[in-house]
Amino acid sequence: MFSHVLLKVSSDRLWSFSSTASVAARSYSHGKQETDEEFDARWVTYFNKPDIDAWELRKGMNTLIGYDLVPEPKILEAALRACRRLNDLASAIRILEAVKDKSGPHKEIYPYVLQELRPTLSELGIPTPEELGIDKA
Amino acid sequence: MLASRALVRGLQSGFWRRVSTSSAAWAAHTHDVDVIDCSVPQYNNRLDTPLPDVPFVRNLSAEQKKLKEKEKGSWTQLTKEEKLALYRLTHELSYAEMRQGSKEWMTVLGGIFIFLGFTGLLVWWQRVYVYGDVPHTLSEESVAQQTQRMIDMRVNPVHGFSHKWDYEKKQWK
Repeated sequence: MFSHVLLKVSSDRLWSFSSTASVAARSYSHGKQETDEEFDARWVTYFNKPDIDAWELRKGMNTLIGYDLVPEPKILEAALRACRRLNDLASAIRILEAVKDKSGPHKEIYPYVLQELRPTLSELGIPTPEELGIDKA
Repeated sequence: MLASRALVRGLQSGFWRRVSTSSAAWAAHTHDVDVIDCSVPQYNNRLDTPLPDVPFVRNLSAEQKKLKEKEKGSWTQLTKEEKLALYRLTHELSYAEMRQGSKEWMTVLGGIFIFLGFTGLLVWWQRVYVYGDVPHTLSEESVAQQTQRMIDMRVNPVHGFSHKWDYEKKQWK
């Protein structure tokens, strides 16, 4: 019964972050586990909100980076487009930096993500940190 | 109590960042980083927080404001320098800059060794000028007499001291 309450909260659009931030990470012995596809879909929907505001973008991104995973390219694409709607190029570049940092020792993740995002990056005119030279201190 | 207040004032002007929500707080808006207004969101460089609460540069010059206006248009129109400028307006340090270490550890280690060396000099001076003479029982002759007595007493004859002495040949084994 407890798990039902959590699922209901997570499907509600205006969720409070204190409860749903834990849904993805929580593993319970009974009740439905959220699948990877559901997790991705939830986050894509979050960033695709047409009138997303700057706070929600920051909150969403900071929360997502807090999870023990590297976000899927489709979530990142939605986040980059949200940056575009908010006229925030700096945040878009920052998101790419954060993805590279989040991959840690798995050096193959970041090139893959860039490859998947290449069409979006070219369309929106978002430079990669490497192109700007900020990938080296 | 007054003395401690004077101490705090002295430290504040010298070393500590002043934390204040009073009139000195307005200085925080002009980027005078000596004063932090903790009642409003702060900028921070953190690897786990890619998008900080506020941009790094709050008070934009006219030129910077123009750039911000240009940002509202298509980003493909921006030059690389402009894109970099926009990034630096919002963020103080890039991830690479946050991750880079410094050479401070060399200074710290060097300082430690210097002070250890100085302490060693003090200890040496103390040994020479402060300590008195050592007891006569530590002289070579006295130690020889003591050793002979220990052999005669058969100290630790099974595994230890006297076990190592050959009583027939009257020498160490």
